[in-house]
Amino acid sequence: MGANPQLNAQGELQHLLTIEGLPRSLLIHILDTAEGFVAVNQQEVRKVPLLRGKAIFNLFFEPSTRTRTTFEIAAKRLSADVINLNISASSQSKGETLLDTVDNLAAMQADMFVVRHAQSGAAHMIARHVAPHIHVVNAGDGRHAHPTQGLLDMFTIRKYKGEFHNLRVAIVGDVLHSRVARSQIHALTTLGVPEVRVIAPKTLLPGDMRQMGVQVYHDLAAGLHDVDVVIILRLQNERMRGARLPSSQEYFKYYGLTAEKLAHAKADAIVMHPGPMNRGVEIDSAVADGKQSVILPQVTFGIAVRMAVMSILAGNQG
Amino acid sequence: MNNLSLPDADTLIRQLADRMLPDITDNSVLVGMHTGGVWAAEKLHPLLNPDMPHGSLDISFYRDDFEKIGLHTQVKPTRLPFEVEGRDILLVDDVLFTGRSVRAAMNALFDYGRPQRIRLAVLIDRTGDRQLPIAADYAGLALKVPGTQHIHLIRQEDGQLMLKRVDL
Repeated sequence: MGANPQLNAQGELQHLLTIEGLPRSLLIHILDTAEGFVAVNQQEVRKVPLLRGKAIFNLFFEPSTRTRTTFEIAAKRLSADVINLNISASSQSKGETLLDTVDNLAAMQADMFVVRHAQSGAAHMIARHVAPHIHVVNAGDGRHAHPTQGLLDMFTIRKYKGEFHNLRVAIVGDVLHSRVARSQIHALTTLGVPEVRVIAPKTLLPGDMRQMGVQVYHDLAAGLHDVDVVIILRLQNERMRGARLPSSQEYFKYYGLTAEKLAHAKADAIVMHPGPMNRGVEIDSAVADGKQSVILPQVTFGIAVRMAVMSILAGNQG
Repeated sequence: MNNLSLPDADTLIRQLADRMLPDITDNSVLVGMHTGGVWAAEKLHPLLNPDMPHGSLDISFYRDDFEKIGLHTQVKPTRLPFEVEGRDILLVDDVLFTGRSVRAAMNALFDYGRPQRIRLAVLIDRTGDRQLPIAADYAGLALKVPGTQHIHLIRQEDGQLMLKRVDL
């Protein structure tokens, strides 16, 4: 195995664990392949026979409706057999370890695991453990990464903006707890976006932002000035209970995206959100439903991007 | 082997168009298979009927060698800007070899609807190499090619098409 545990000896994608360290050409290959699947999703029969006979297990150790559903639809449109497991509710409560669970499912002849886990590094651990013919997709691990979300965001940006090399992109909100933000930043910088900004209060920013090559703003209006893309992050309710924020009303006042704040961005700027949204906390309803919002297209593109990732992985030998 | 033994692509396309022309109706549509078939179909289109609907088909997701080679070629979006249901489809490819690409193309087309009919037009029909019960309805040229060679359609920078033999 090479330096990057995601790549096989030929440098092909064996697992998708994080966008960090993946070459630009590979990201572009995934986005281009996803374009083909957008066309499939417009066919009368929205299905292709690519993964016929493959068994894909959705291992969700943390609840998620949207991500699990889009992975399930993507796998079904590739003709795979999909098995959904919400593990928090089953074997973990009986004391089985994560790797025992994985071994049991591998013995049922799994071909791919799609893993969501509250612990950073869980998908990496599974990828190191499984036999070479099994592929692992990280569907979100702790605060670490959510690579398919990052990729579908890049796909959305390319759809609306065409290119990456001339863009100014702002990510607004709880970057500290956000695996989505980390994946987005790695993807944006790898794809050559010259200016990535993060806008958040100091208490919601990690210390390594400047090392990641981004500009830090604490004022929303200043940070949005002249940007092409605004990505709003979800403010997780549980963060409110800690001492990091006074209240959701206070947060909305300073960091909630309203039409008035959005006016600082370019007139044709697009507004994105990974979902699920807290209306009236990080985003105003008028903006979420407004003409610059591409939040629902993001969901649609997410299926094509996940189809691309799963089919590229399944075609590569370990 | 050299290229002298292969005819000029434009001549072949004109001959192919002449053979197809009597069968064109109001219900006909032209579908090129990526990538060589799309180029050939673009040249055929004005010769057949410039008003005929035309599209392009990518068969990457329907290939039968995915298990062996994976998804490495660049996938190009399929564009069929018409109803497939009930149409008389003229499917165009550059070279008919084993027949596997055509099998994949027919499966792909049926996922868009039930055509009335599909007919196959190719520039080069490699005789004796079929692995499936598939035959061309129109061929520019039938040719016996050694198993050690491939025939490729190439598009030059000025848009000119050229047939080329490649030793494996």
